[in-house]
Amino acid sequence: MSYLQGLNLRGGYGGAEILHGCSIGVDRGEIAVIVGPNGAGKSTAMNALLGMLNLTEGRVELDGEDITTISTQERVKRGIAFVPQTENVFGSMTVQENLEMGAYLRRDDFTSTMDQVFELFPALVEKRRRPASELSGGQRQQVAVGRALMTNPTVLMLDEPTAGVSPIVMDELFDRIIEIKKAGIAILMVEQNARQALNIADRGFVLVTGENRHTDTGQALLADPEVRRSFLGG
Amino acid sequence: MTDFINAFVLLSNFVIIPALSLGSQLALGALGVTLVFGVLRFANFAHGDLMAFGTMIAIFITWWFQSLGIGFGPLPTALLALPFAIAVTALLTIGTDRLVYRYYRRVGSAPVIFVVASVGVMFMLNGIVRIFIGPDDRRFADGERFIVHARTFRETTGLAEGLTFKLTQGITIIVAVVVTIALFWFLQRTRMGKAMRAYSDNEKLSRFSGIDPDRVVLVTWIIAASLATIAGVLYGLDRSFKPFTYFQLLLPIFAAAIVGGIGQPVGAIIGGYIVAFTEIGVTYAYRKFFIYLLPESFEPSGLAQLVATEYKFAVSFVILVLVLLVRPTGLMRGKVI
Repeated sequence: MSYLQGLNLRGGYGGAEILHGCSIGVDRGEIAVIVGPNGAGKSTAMNALLGMLNLTEGRVELDGEDITTISTQERVKRGIAFVPQTENVFGSMTVQENLEMGAYLRRDDFTSTMDQVFELFPALVEKRRRPASELSGGQRQQVAVGRALMTNPTVLMLDEPTAGVSPIVMDELFDRIIEIKKAGIAILMVEQNARQALNIADRGFVLVTGENRHTDTGQALLADPEVRRSFLGG
Repeated sequence: MTDFINAFVLLSNFVIIPALSLGSQLALGALGVTLVFGVLRFANFAHGDLMAFGTMIAIFITWWFQSLGIGFGPLPTALLALPFAIAVTALLTIGTDRLVYRYYRRVGSAPVIFVVASVGVMFMLNGIVRIFIGPDDRRFADGERFIVHARTFRETTGLAEGLTFKLTQGITIIVAVVVTIALFWFLQRTRMGKAMRAYSDNEKLSRFSGIDPDRVVLVTWIIAASLATIAGVLYGLDRSFKPFTYFQLLLPIFAAAIVGGIGQPVGAIIGGYIVAFTEIGVTYAYRKFFIYLLPESFEPSGLAQLVATEYKFAVSFVILVLVLLVRPTGLMRGKVI
């Protein structure tokens, strides 16, 4: 029983079935990473947890409650935050406004959350009045994560957060993600950079053609010779 | 020196003041078009007739008020009727959205389908307005007519040229400024306004932030209806109300929105004034203006008019084509249609 889990997920975006009964889960204070070759259905599995997919079989549960049929927006309200891979900031709006939009649903005072985000990403402080489109790729990614954190989530999902950023920025971002995890948030990531991602993962899911191939702790998967040979390039 | 002042007064009277007033009306119209485009992502061809509808309601309410003996002192009664007309027009836009556009949003139609649907709405409104108020020209301005009258201006200044500043022109400019400031304050400062910008910027991400698309669409239509009604009533007060003229306003309004950069509210305002100043500037006969400024031997023999007044619609059209050829994003880098 995980805090957020998808069990025996089967389905696709209408036509062809992409997920053939895969299961994914993450607990609070834990990082789970989904890796696998292109077209394995990694992002699709994440979308299934977000409710953006037509599931023909399987269930999604949040904190023991069945959320399979509820809408994406309702899931957001219940504490699932999502950072898409592309177009994950409001480019024409300032950094601060991006964060405010993350807190859109919140009626309480969210200034302390915003302070925490700026503490987590200090580089954003001086850019708070700049439009997000003017920031560098890494900083944009920080804004994207910050916006998601402003919803005060219990689960943070990231779709390839390190796509297109330099290795230094990637390490930095992973460090921040570890800090977020320590705050008791469940983190689920899809990652191309499998080796680095598994390195920080408490749980790893290797998906191949929409099915679970290997599931273990990140370290165990890194040590597994078959995983190394097939998915990590030796 | 007197010649110089006379030339300036002449130009103010026939070009600057009328263009400021027309520009304000076009800017308000273009703001509505640009807002609908930014949020709902289609060019709303029904906007001109929406202006006509809103103005028609304002006229009916004005007549009713007048029959009850309710007036607004020196100001036109139509201003008193304006809030009620806005409410009725907002109900109309919300209704058309429910009946027409919502379906296309739900099935995820391409923008061009929305545009064609809006042409249908345009014809419907066209018909409704003509059924209720008829196709004729109507004047509904009452109250004082002038802030500055040509004769009093001449008498007090002793200049040869008179300056007329109509009350409706003054109202137009003031209302346009107030409405624009209010709109920008709303978009920049309020939670809902920011949500609208977010939705316009990145619809998917706005959903992940918990922004309710239905709310955004609703508020957008209310604002579009308000802007259309205000623009229409101001235009009608300043000139007269004729349904066909309002339909024709669509061209300069679209030109203004596109020149400024469609989807960009600041652009819509700049565009409105550019179109108005060009239209009035190139159709004005400068003969008398040059007579004041130039020595006698250089006096123009003709009217010194670049384009005949009949071609004023061609001016908007030429501006539109030029912008689309040279800088399709418009001045403020809006979206490309």
